[in-house]
Parts: sequence; C-alpha cells; structure tokens
Amino acid sequence: MDLKLDHHTKDGIEVVNVEGEIDVYTAPRLRELLIELVNNGYYQLVVNMEKVEFLDSTGLGVLVGGLKRVRAHDGSLDLVCTQERILKIFRITGLTKVFGIHDTVDEAIAARKAEK
Amino acid sequence: MTTVEVSFTPLPAHVRTARLVATAVARRSGVDEALLDEVRLAVGEACSRAVEAHRLYCPAEPVRIALTDAAGRFEVEVTDAGSDGFPGSGDSDSGDGEGGGGEGGQPGGSDGVTAAPPQPGESAHFDRGLGLAVIAGLADDVRIRETSGGVSITMSWPAPGGIAHKPGPALPSRGPHA
Repeated sequence: MDLKLDHHTKDGIEVVNVEGEIDVYTAPRLRELLIELVNNGYYQLVVNMEKVEFLDSTGLGVLVGGLKRVRAHDGSLDLVCTQERILKIFRITGLTKVFGIHDTVDEAIAARKAEK
Repeated sequence: MTTVEVSFTPLPAHVRTARLVATAVARRSGVDEALLDEVRLAVGEACSRAVEAHRLYCPAEPVRIALTDAAGRFEVEVTDAGSDGFPGSGDSDSGDGEGGGGEGGQPGGSDGVTAAPPQPGESAHFDRGLGLAVIAGLADDVRIRETSGGVSITMSWPAPGGIAHKPGPALPSRGPHA
C-alpha cells in the first residue's frame, strides 16, 4: 500500500495523518511534508500513525529529523499510535523515551497543552 | 531444504516486494504468525541497506536475497555487492540490539559525506545504523560478514513444521495403461 498524507490544524496544533507504509520508498514524502510544515511556521506537530501499516528505520529517521527541526524552534512533535507492531520498533530502538506517544489525537493535544 | 532466491534492481520501490516475498516464504516455511511482522521488518531493513549501498557504488548490480528453510529454521541472507565495508570491519555477530543510531552506520574509512545515500535528508546516517540495530533486535540470530564485494546479512527464525517438513499429498495411483 502506498503512503497517504494529509494534515489539518486542531486547537492550534498541526495534526498530520499518515496512512499506509513508511519505508525507504515512501519516507521521503513524509520528510518533505514535515519540512514544509516547519518552513511554514508550524512548530507544534502531532503525527497520527493509527493507520500506519508498516514503519521501518527510514521512517524513524524521518520522525527524528522532524523532531529535531521543530525543537530548533522550541516546538514539539508527538505521536499517536496504539498498534503493537509499530510500537515495538520504537521500543527496540529506545525511541519511546524520545517521543511522546499517545493513544488518541485529543490526548496528544491535551498533553501538549498541559505542558505549556 | 527449500530455497527461494530473489534478485532485484536496487530501487527503493522494490524493497516492499522483497518484504512481501520473504513474508510469504516464511509463512510457508512454518514460521509462527506472531513472528512474521519481525521477519517482514528485518528483511526490509536489510534490503533497504543493500539498496542504499548499491545505489552508491554499483546501481547496475541487483541485490540478492536467499530464503532457506532447513533444519527447523527459516534463514534469510541479503547480500550486497556495493559497499566498501562494514562499520567496525571484519566479521561480527550481533544479537543484543545495541550499536544503533548515531555514527554506527557509516562505512569504515568513509568521510561520511561521499558515502551519503542518494535521498536527501539529515537523518541518513542515523537510519543506516538504526536499521542494523532494528535487525539485531528482531532476529533470533544475526550474522553480518564482509564478502569480497560487499556485506552479507544472515538472519534466522524458528520454523517448526513448515510445509517443507510435511509429506505432500499422495499422488493418485495410475494404472499401467492410464
């Protein structure tokens, strides 16, 4: 399955919905979108991965790159994911300590608002 | 022993195909359903790394994968012909999931610039080292060795009771003049 991307603003935070497979072939598209959002001044991001079917280290690299970019502007990049098969790769690589990972978009937004 | 061999042009789009083939053969070899996601991810990581190496050093050469079902194990070997060595050089076994990220993925002796992959992005080296860490964290047994022309990554998982180990259906008997 190809990668589908869209985004919208909710409560002042840009929510990126990702659907499909994030791998060496498709990850550059996600990278481009994250870069575009940051360049357009969106520094508070939530990436909704509930419909992601596959994620590899290329995708992890893109997410870490996005986090690095928003943090350069005192921003944030949180994830929404409850799928065990996706969460496992974050655990293996220790990235659960790097990203805020939430069960729902609303929860991610609420957590981000609470930190402000 | 059942062996399926696949070779493909080193394009990122083909990595998905390689993952799907490996998962199908793993299932047929008797790998537990719960492990198939791990097979898919580990094979994808190894193929992504090989594709990246080929695109840098020998884009005309195909990436090769051998999928073998033998002695209750399902083994995958991904061989590239295009890298100039493996980080740390020399044979290495990996199994503890450490060593990923950061500088770990740079080919030995490279300046880290000429070895940058074709895709633009700030996280390329991170990806490469992380991919190996992911493989080490997923496969039961991982062996990484330098070959004469590149690197070979061999991974295996338990595969009890695969089709290769089961007798096939009896062929219908034929009469002498059938």
